[in-house]
Amino acid sequence: MDKTSYQNLTRGIISENPILVMMLGMCPTLGVSTSAINGVGMGLSTLLVLIFSNFAISLVKNIIPPMVRIPSFIVIIASIVTVVDLLMAAYLPGLHAALGIYIPLIVVNCIILGRAEAFASKNNLWQSILDALGMGIGFTIALTVLGAIREILGNGSIFGLMVFGEDINPILLFIMPPGAFLALAAMIVVFNHLRKGK
Amino acid sequence: MTFLMIFITAIFVNNIVLSQFLGICPFLGVSKKISTALGMGFAVMFVMTVSTIVTFLIYHSLLFPFQLEYMTTVTFILVIASLVQMVEIIIKKVSPVLYQALGIFLPLITTNCAVLGIAILTIQKNYALLSGVCYALASAMGFTLAIVIFAGIRERLSYTKIPSSLKGTPIALITAGLLSMAFMGFAGIGH
Repeated sequence: MDKTSYQNLTRGIISENPILVMMLGMCPTLGVSTSAINGVGMGLSTLLVLIFSNFAISLVKNIIPPMVRIPSFIVIIASIVTVVDLLMAAYLPGLHAALGIYIPLIVVNCIILGRAEAFASKNNLWQSILDALGMGIGFTIALTVLGAIREILGNGSIFGLMVFGEDINPILLFIMPPGAFLALAAMIVVFNHLRKGK
Repeated sequence: MTFLMIFITAIFVNNIVLSQFLGICPFLGVSKKISTALGMGFAVMFVMTVSTIVTFLIYHSLLFPFQLEYMTTVTFILVIASLVQMVEIIIKKVSPVLYQALGIFLPLITTNCAVLGIAILTIQKNYALLSGVCYALASAMGFTLAIVIFAGIRERLSYTKIPSSLKGTPIALITAGLLSMAFMGFAGIGH
């Protein structure tokens, strides 16, 4: 793999991580990260939408007149989200119920439109897919870690397995809304600290 | 009584920003000054109420009777995007003063997930038109309340000494967390 492709792939994971650095897609991040498994589910559905939307937009970028490019992107993204929504309702009904309103809201997730506008509309097919993959993986990792932290602190479990035995009192606050803000704040502080330390 | 209940629940108990996490981007992005936060709040209030009425009518007169429910997301986002554009043009023509005040916020609202979220939630919660409108207006008022309080706190924060690693986003998130904790005190009013 040449240097540019490698950079396009890895950029989304650390240096331009959508959640921890760019602060994009905050609504699903805070809303669904009550458990690690929800984090994985949301991350992977966003990854899927991101790959297909970057794929489609990169293909049609020369046909769409610049004036109507944003509405066209939104329609493409909304159609892909609808497909993912219906597939999930059919094959993963439990996860679909847990993620609820946040699935249709992937349409307005700034990451997707942001990558379409900033990357896929200017680059070729292969690079756009790599970019989507990197961003999606970065989003999934950050979301899963946040979900895991909140699940361990707020429920005493990780991926549904009790880690401290049955008879502990978890800090319930962390699976409630304020915990989302506090856990993410702590995560960003640690992340920035580690990056600066390098 | 039910309308009052919808208002109290949507503004305080299930505050759209602090407990449902919709519209976090403008909440964190446009909250450095009280005046801009207020402008954003009013723009959202206006667009959210109008778009909920329009999407409600479209859903119940077109999508539902013709069994096109799977088109909900695509239709709603298109309606909201064009509505925002239309509102912008109308306000520019009718009231230049209002346009001056709201102008820059309007395009940002298209990607405000709260607008699409409330439009979809109104359908999912099976509200009638009038209660749906109340719900949308109250949610938007909740958004305005939260963003104005948050902007007030951030204005004060800008004069204080903050540890360097907390500067910027982390302190904003911690503030939002504390604010959300305060709003948890309203839980139970609805029951």
